[in-house]
Amino acid sequence: MANVIGGFATSHVPSIGGAIAKGLQRTPYWSPFFNAFDPVHEWLAREKPDVAVVIYNDHGLSHFLDKMPTFAVGAAEEYRNADEGWGIPVLPPFPGHAALSWHLIESLVADEFDITTCQEHLVDHAFALPLKLMYPDAGANWPVRTVPITINSVQHPLPSALRCWKLGQAIGRALDSWPGAEKIVVVGTGGLSHQLDGTRAGFINKAFDQLCLDKIVSDPEALTRYSNKELIEQAGSQGVELMCWIAMRGALTGRVSKVSSAYHVPVSNTGGAVLLLQNEPLPQALAAE
Amino acid sequence: MSQFTIPGTPIFGGDEARRGYALNKMCFSFNDGANREAFRADEEGYMERYGLTDAQRQAIRARNVLALIAAGGNVYYLAKFARIFGLSVQDIGAQQTGMSLDAFKDHLVAQGN
Repeated sequence: MANVIGGFATSHVPSIGGAIAKGLQRTPYWSPFFNAFDPVHEWLAREKPDVAVVIYNDHGLSHFLDKMPTFAVGAAEEYRNADEGWGIPVLPPFPGHAALSWHLIESLVADEFDITTCQEHLVDHAFALPLKLMYPDAGANWPVRTVPITINSVQHPLPSALRCWKLGQAIGRALDSWPGAEKIVVVGTGGLSHQLDGTRAGFINKAFDQLCLDKIVSDPEALTRYSNKELIEQAGSQGVELMCWIAMRGALTGRVSKVSSAYHVPVSNTGGAVLLLQNEPLPQALAAE
Repeated sequence: MSQFTIPGTPIFGGDEARRGYALNKMCFSFNDGANREAFRADEEGYMERYGLTDAQRQAIRARNVLALIAAGGNVYYLAKFARIFGLSVQDIGAQQTGMSLDAFKDHLVAQGN
């Protein structure tokens, strides 16, 4: 049986890519964010996951308004990063895991999540930078195979926090029923509070972000009770990317404990946050094997 | 109509997606470096090719983010346009809030205290 060993979440702002390219990780501006990855690197070196299922929002690279999927699952053997117009380096291609993708697709649709399937799918900074942050020395040889899953954060109506939680739970059920022996980490990217547009641009809400960082570990269903209007009021118009964290957390079906977390304002225009969770199967799940 | 309103906070819903389609499609094309160059070489011709409205063309000429949003632009696509001129999300934040760039950056830092 496959084994979901943990969940990981991080902010994904594009300027992280610029900071990596310029070697600014240990400068005063960037070090509070990049230092948060030291315990993540230790955990990854120890646990050695084989697969990363990455839940994120596309920012207008793979999906456009001509056809905008609410939820989409990549179903390819390779995913390419590409120019997004923001001058950050394009990262080497990421290996996919098409068999696991199709297992997820079968299971999610059977579970009444009628997702869009993508055999051609460009992965933007919100997928690529978290992998680069996890594996800074990987070069072109990424140590994990990947499955990208996107949630629409561009065009309202967006799915609710509750719906994204349920999606995560369905992803968790699918991964728990995968017959392979791979060790899997579920990754959620984005957030926390930020707003790029309008006269409220630059809005950051540290108190709400810290509440989210606490609740996502101990009481994630509390976060599913916010409407999207309430989430945008509290976290800014792009702060709804929290939905990717909520879906990640929903996919962890075992006993969940925090390995490490960090929070720093600002990372670009954003409340920067990193969270690593361990997921251990519940006793009844072990007994059923 | 969007489903809800929040002061100072654009909500990009069906109405905006329809009104802003040509503008956003043009900005989506700026993922490609050759298209960015083609726009730089002939802004008016490029806007004509995408069929932008007069209000959208005026807002593009003025590099005015709030006017672009009012004309149906979505910030994720507009950021690709802004970047052609080297404008970061701090630059466009300063422009939209009427702050200087330094004041906007100070505002970001202050919210961490």
